[in-house]
Amino acid sequence: MSDAVIARKPLLGDGILAQALRGILDSKAATLAAIACLVLVAVAILAPWIAPQDPYDLASLSIMDGRLPPGSESMDGWTYWLGTDAQGRDMLSAMLYGLRTSLGVGVLSGLFALAVGTTLGLVAAYFGGRIDTLVMRVVDLMLGFPTILVALMMLAVLGQGVGKVILALVVVQWAYFARAVRAAALVERGKEYVEAAQCLGLSKARILFSHLLPNCLPPVIVIGTIQVAHAIAAEATLSFLGIGLPITEPSLGLLIANGYQVLLAGLYWISVFPGLLLLALIFSINIVGDRLREALNPRLQK
Amino acid sequence: MTAPTLSVENLQTHFFTKAGVVRAVDGVSFRVDRGEVLGLVGESGSGKSITGFSILGLVDPPGRVVGGRILFQGEDLAALPAERLRQLRGNRIAMIFQDPMMTLNPVLRVETQMVETIQAHERVSRAEAVARCRDALGRVGIPSPEERLKAYPHQFSGGMRQRVAIAIALLHKPDLIIADEPTTALDVTIQAQILAQVQTLCRETGTALIWVSHDLAVVAALADRICVMYAGKVVETGTVDEVIDRPAHPYTIGLIGSVPGDRPRGANLFQIPGMAPSPLSLPEGCAFRPRCGHASEACLAAPETTSQGDRAFRCFHPQLGAQA
Amino acid sequence: MTVFIIRRLVQSGFVLLVTSILVFLGVYAIGNPIEILVPADASQAEIAQAVQSLGLDRPLWQQYLTFLGNALHGDLGRSFVFNQPSISLIFERLPATLELAFIALMLSLVVGIPLGVLSGLKAGSRFDRTVMTGSILGFSLPNFWQGMMLIMIFSVMLGWLPSTGRGATGEILGLHTSLATWDGFTHLILPAINLSLFNVSLIIRLTRSGMRETLPLDFVKFARAKGLTERRVIFVHVLKTILIPIVTVIGMEFGSLIAFATVTETIFAWPGVGKLIIDSIMRLDRPVIVAYLLIVVAMFIVINLVVDILYSVLDPRVRLSDA
Repeated sequence: MSDAVIARKPLLGDGILAQALRGILDSKAATLAAIACLVLVAVAILAPWIAPQDPYDLASLSIMDGRLPPGSESMDGWTYWLGTDAQGRDMLSAMLYGLRTSLGVGVLSGLFALAVGTTLGLVAAYFGGRIDTLVMRVVDLMLGFPTILVALMMLAVLGQGVGKVILALVVVQWAYFARAVRAAALVERGKEYVEAAQCLGLSKARILFSHLLPNCLPPVIVIGTIQVAHAIAAEATLSFLGIGLPITEPSLGLLIANGYQVLLAGLYWISVFPGLLLLALIFSINIVGDRLREALNPRLQK
Repeated sequence: MTAPTLSVENLQTHFFTKAGVVRAVDGVSFRVDRGEVLGLVGESGSGKSITGFSILGLVDPPGRVVGGRILFQGEDLAALPAERLRQLRGNRIAMIFQDPMMTLNPVLRVETQMVETIQAHERVSRAEAVARCRDALGRVGIPSPEERLKAYPHQFSGGMRQRVAIAIALLHKPDLIIADEPTTALDVTIQAQILAQVQTLCRETGTALIWVSHDLAVVAALADRICVMYAGKVVETGTVDEVIDRPAHPYTIGLIGSVPGDRPRGANLFQIPGMAPSPLSLPEGCAFRPRCGHASEACLAAPETTSQGDRAFRCFHPQLGAQA
Repeated sequence: MTVFIIRRLVQSGFVLLVTSILVFLGVYAIGNPIEILVPADASQAEIAQAVQSLGLDRPLWQQYLTFLGNALHGDLGRSFVFNQPSISLIFERLPATLELAFIALMLSLVVGIPLGVLSGLKAGSRFDRTVMTGSILGFSLPNFWQGMMLIMIFSVMLGWLPSTGRGATGEILGLHTSLATWDGFTHLILPAINLSLFNVSLIIRLTRSGMRETLPLDFVKFARAKGLTERRVIFVHVLKTILIPIVTVIGMEFGSLIAFATVTETIFAWPGVGKLIIDSIMRLDRPVIVAYLLIVVAMFIVINLVVDILYSVLDPRVRLSDA
């Protein structure tokens, strides 16, 4: 007489990664974007092997090949598909290496910010009281200022260099993670399994990272994705302004900056192509991040 | 006999959700005459509120009216163009909702919300509209109406807010008011006041009233006729005396029996066994079958409505002749 | 209400103080400050004299107090490059930035709110999905690249609009603004579009989610039950409710716009404080950097405060709840 329905276990299980994956695959746009991301990451990793020219090897450059439009022939007989810049660097190769740098800096700073922010968020939620207030005050302070301002301030003081840029980006971003993780952890903290773990006498670190954290993952994943895109864009902007990465490690932002001076002279390819690549990268990551936000939102899941 | 103010014929409102089709209102028919109070009674999930919304065309997606006719003074509301329906709403048919805190817009003054109702249907000057609003508030028993008009909804108590909602409903002297559990959220004493007020006003103006409620006691005191709903269908209809004193459908019997206070002190409270079915998985045949003490093999088929004069019930085993 | 304002002012003062300490430490304590405060070709004797006169041989906390004292008197140092007080330099350039930020804000509202309302009304439709994807594109576009593309298309290829600089200004209502002249106006268009773009996306999303959250609420149903036209239901009832939180976000966004103007001004050579700060960082004109940071932070704090007050004024539930 009962009307119970036996639920089928969904494909791939219930875990957070499965949910995320299903969320992405549900949307055509997100799936395309995710594939684009994977392709770009692969290309970036393989850059040293697939780039036709090593743009950092000054010996291989010839200034005579400088400022050639896309499709021109080089002195050695192969084609500069996307033209060359003022020093004779093949744009395609420069872009591949630039993609590598941009992606690397973005992901690294995102990961560090994730680590710092998540830990602080968990600690604030778990210990509560004055620690919580202190952390949240700092978070509010950081979030009150636009990222570019904080990054500017830091780089003005610290100077240039890859490490310093990453540091500045981490400082700018950790607060987003901290706030979201704290909110999720506060909800989780009231649940019984935390009490059970405490009764078992587990160490605080164990409780925080093995028990609380896995249940706070949805916002971490969503924010992580979006912040990587944010970091890439921020780094590009800082490099463009000349206070980001040094010219020995050019990212896409710096390439675009190089093209700025000659833009008005009609040499569009030096800034347009790196810009398109940068846009494609950021756009794809953002689409995936946006889709994940919808898919992992507990409110919308009902 | 004059035509009824409202005649609902086989109304069907379905919700098309991801989990399946929910037949919230599944073949409901009743009528309301001029000046009459009809009580629409049922538990939560019976479809009574959706019936009210369907009449006014206020069902939100993913739901919509899929069948039946709603005849109001000769027009079929289910088939009207949107603009014509809008002209009737608030004007000839008004609605009072359950929770006035949520139904009055918190960021607009009461005056704005009342004046706009008038100006939506009549070309009057603002000054005249304000004067009418003031009178309306006075009529529902709100003191110092001038000041109250300038106030915001959150500055009123629950009972006052509901009076404002009633005042708004009465602004155009409608022919029909649909009241959806308007006193459920209020204290018992306030409830009594509101009930008395509504009763007087309807008697004075000849307005027909549909009072939707799960509270049988309130309906019994107020209504002329009662419709009992269960799982989206009307299971019993009749005058209030007939249905309360001589209920025919086992569910109605159960409902009346569940009202505490009728039993001798110390006796166990009566409950209808089981729970109301989930609208996504209704039982086969009569929806009340799993909980009914009189159910038989015949009940595996869906019963049709049997009418005896003004009485009607949807049951294979009506308990006629039984006393409550 | 007054208690609230006083408390916020105290908090703001505290934040400003902390910022001044951080800025001071960053500029005057890291590295060898004398190198940056004195021309590179100074002799040893000149350096020693400068150290004394600038008080760099005194303990750090004393230096800070001097710095603070000067700051409160309006002296934030002199620019090396321009040889004028940094404060006056900043205030000279500020109106250009404020003008740009304000126009960009207006632009993003005029475009963003209607799109957001329509998207919210037609949630799930193709229009909605297109607008949402478009908004993601909007904030994915790197600001500086987009500016360059605008110049390339509208200035170089089409020749419709000037590429850089601020045009002639005139006076409207006592304010010097580019809007007063056609030349000024044409110069303003591209930078304003550039600056407004990421903001448009935010406004669209905010408005849309506000619509989606508000449309199913009971008071909307009740408004319809009263027989109000759909237009009035949306534009008076729904919009007024969702605009309140949006206004507060817009307020904060104004601060963001001022910060992001650094990029726009650099690309379009717009003579505002954004360009000034970038140039100063490149040329290590530290007094200007210090002045800029402190003034901008102060502006932010003021904007935050105004926004908070505005919120409590606009939302009658908050305003009238101190009985």
